[in-house]
Amino acid sequence: MAVITAEDISKRYIIDHKRGKGSTSIKDALGDQMRKIFNGKKSPHQEAEHIEHEDFWALKDVNFSVEQGDRIGIVGHNGAGKSTLLKVLSKITEPTTGRIHIRGRIASLLEVGTGFHPELTGRENIFLNGAILGMTREEIRKQFDAIVDFGGIEKFLDTPVKRYSSGMYVRLGFAIAAHLDPEILIIDEVLAVGDAEFQKKSLGKMRDVSASGRTILFVSHNMTAVQALCNRTLYFERGQLIEQGETNQVVASYLSKISKTKLIREWNTPEEAPGNDLVRIKKIEILPEYVDNQIFIDVRTPFRVRFEYWNFMDKANLNLSLHMNSMTGECIFNVGTQSQPYSKGLIAGECLVPGHFLNDGTYNVSMMIVKDTVTPLYNMEEGLIFDVADYRDGVAWYGKWPGYVRPQLKFHTEMMEENILND
Amino acid sequence: MKTHEVVIEPGRSEKNYWRDLWKNRELLYILSMRDISVRYKQTILGTSWSLIRPLITMMIMFFVFSKVAKLKGDPGIPYPLMILAGLTIWTFFSNSFTQISTSITANSNLVTKVYFPRLIMPLSSSVVSFIDFLVALGLFVVLTIWYQFWPDWHILFLPFFILLALLASFAFGLIFAVLNVKFRDIGQLIPFIVQIGFYACPIAYSSRLVEENAGEWWHPIYYMNPMVGIIDGFKWSLLGEKAFFNPTSVINSVVIITIFLFISIYFFRKRENSFVDDI
Repeated sequence: MAVITAEDISKRYIIDHKRGKGSTSIKDALGDQMRKIFNGKKSPHQEAEHIEHEDFWALKDVNFSVEQGDRIGIVGHNGAGKSTLLKVLSKITEPTTGRIHIRGRIASLLEVGTGFHPELTGRENIFLNGAILGMTREEIRKQFDAIVDFGGIEKFLDTPVKRYSSGMYVRLGFAIAAHLDPEILIIDEVLAVGDAEFQKKSLGKMRDVSASGRTILFVSHNMTAVQALCNRTLYFERGQLIEQGETNQVVASYLSKISKTKLIREWNTPEEAPGNDLVRIKKIEILPEYVDNQIFIDVRTPFRVRFEYWNFMDKANLNLSLHMNSMTGECIFNVGTQSQPYSKGLIAGECLVPGHFLNDGTYNVSMMIVKDTVTPLYNMEEGLIFDVADYRDGVAWYGKWPGYVRPQLKFHTEMMEENILND
Repeated sequence: MKTHEVVIEPGRSEKNYWRDLWKNRELLYILSMRDISVRYKQTILGTSWSLIRPLITMMIMFFVFSKVAKLKGDPGIPYPLMILAGLTIWTFFSNSFTQISTSITANSNLVTKVYFPRLIMPLSSSVVSFIDFLVALGLFVVLTIWYQFWPDWHILFLPFFILLALLASFAFGLIFAVLNVKFRDIGQLIPFIVQIGFYACPIAYSSRLVEENAGEWWHPIYYMNPMVGIIDGFKWSLLGEKAFFNPTSVINSVVIITIFLFISIYFFRKRENSFVDDI
C-alpha cells in the first residue's frame, strides 16, 4: 500500500535580484499600488521587475510513491531540492503545483532541537520540543526517562539549555526526536551532528525504527548510511528527480556523477604536452580493475596507474617516482621504479595499487621523472585527481572510517578462558 | 488505529483545520507556558512588573489629567479608579494586539522547521497578555477596596467586554501579523498605533467630556473607534451606572470587530501556508 503518492510536484521561488530574498519594503509595494491606481502607469520599479525577478524551480515535476515500510534515501547535491521536498512533505511550505497524498501520521525532523528555548531548562525543553514535534504530554511523560537516559543529560536536567555544551544540546534534541512514534518519519541530515559515539547510537536507533516496519524518508550526504539504512533511493538534481530505484544502483550512479574522478589525461603531440626540453608527458591514466559491473572506484577496487612520456635525451638513466597525495596535501605513499638506461623515445610505466589499501576519500597522483636517481627532470603535480568511494560489509558503523589507508590485515581474536566471573 | 490521511495541494486549506487546531491545544498550552516562564525568568521583580507598570502609569495620568489639566471625571467615581479601569482593559488589548502582530516573526525558527496550524502562535501570545491582564485586574480589586467602592450587578457584563477586547486584538492583530512577515516596517508602525490609540480612547478621560461636544464634527469620528465602546463598557461593568456608557457605541464595536475578524482570519488562512517563503 502506498503511504505517500506525489504527483507532479513543483515548487517555484521568485528570486528578487535587487534586494535578495527577504522582506520587501512596504513603501515599494504601496507606492506601486498607488501609482497603478492614480495614473494607470507602471512605476519604474515595476518596469524593472522583469529583470529583477527570476523564477527558480526548487522542484520540478517530481513524481514518486512510497510503500508502507519503505526506507527511502534522498540524495543529491546541495541545492538539488531535497530539503524543499521535505518541507513540502511536512506541510511547512506548499507546492506551487501538484498533489501529494499521505496516509499516516507524519513527523519530520528537519533540525535537532527545534524550538529549544535557551532560558528554559532541559526538562522544560523536553516538553516544549516534544509538543512542537507533535507528541502529547502524556506520551512525553511516558518516554521522559528514556529520553533523558538516551541523551545522557541526567545531571543537567534542571539547567537552562543555554549553559549546555553544543554536544549536549544536540544529544538532547536527538533523544527527543528518537522517541517520537509516528508512522512516517522524515529526517534531514541529523546524523551530521554529534560525536562519533553519539552518531553510532543515533544510527542504531534509526535502524530499530526502520526494523519496526515504519516508513522513513532520509536525506543524507553520507552514502554509507544511506546504503545501510535505505532500501530505495531518490536522486535529485536541480529540482528534478532524475533517478529512483534500488539503493545500491542509485547511489552508484550518484557517486559516479559527482565523482571528481578524471581517469585519463592525454596529449597527442609533444608540442602541446607539459614538460621541458628533456622530457614531456604523453599520458597519465588510471585503469581500475572493476568486478560486478562496478562503475566507480571504491575501497575494494585495485587499479593501475599508467604513465607515458617522451624522452628527448640520447642516453639517460631514468626512473619514475609516484606520489599518492591526499587532498589535504599529505603524501600517503611514494614508490619509485628502478633506474634504467633509456635512449630517445616514448617510455611507459605502470604501478599497481591493490584493492583494500587506500581509505575512502579524494586523492591526487603526482609523477616525477628522475635522472640518475637524484636529479628530478620534471614533476607533474596533481596529474590526476580521483575519488575512492566507501564500501562496507557486515559493519554497523557508518561514520567516517579513520586513517589514511584501510588495509585488510590479518587480525583475529580467540577465547582464552571461559567463565572467569563465576568461579 | 484509524488512518490519518492528508492531501497536500497548492492553495488547499486543510479541511479539518479547526479540528487540527483543537488537537494541537497542548502545543498551545506549552507555547504559552514557555512565553510566561521565559518572561519572568530573568527579572528580579517577576510578576510584580504587571502591577508596577499600570500603577505608576495611573499615578502619572491622574496627576496630568486631573490635577494639572483639571479634566472632570464621572461624578461619584474616584478619578484614579476610572483611569485604572480604562488602563487595565486598554493594556490588555494593546499587549495582545502587539504580541499577535509579531507572533509569526518572533517564532520564525518554528515556522521554518515544523508544521502546525499557524494560528497557534497568535493564540499563545494572547494567552500571555491575558495572564498579565488578570494580575492587573487584581490590582484594580485592591484599589476598589482602598476606595471602598463596591461593584454591583453590572459586573455580570464584564466577561463580555473582556472577550470583545480579546476579539478586537485578533481582528486587527492577525492582519498585522501576516503583513509583518513580508513587510518588516509594520514592526515600526505597531507601537505608534498603540500610542495614538492611548489618547484616542477614553482611558485618562471620560467619554462624558466627548458627549458634551455632541455637535462637533469630530464627535462621530470618535465613536468610529471600536475600542471606545469596549473601554466605556468595561468601566461601566466595574464602576456601575455612574460611569458614562453609551450602549450604541458597543453595537458599533461589535459590528466593526466582527467584520474585521472574518477578514483577518480569512487573510491569515490564505497566507499562512506561504509564511515560510517570505519570512
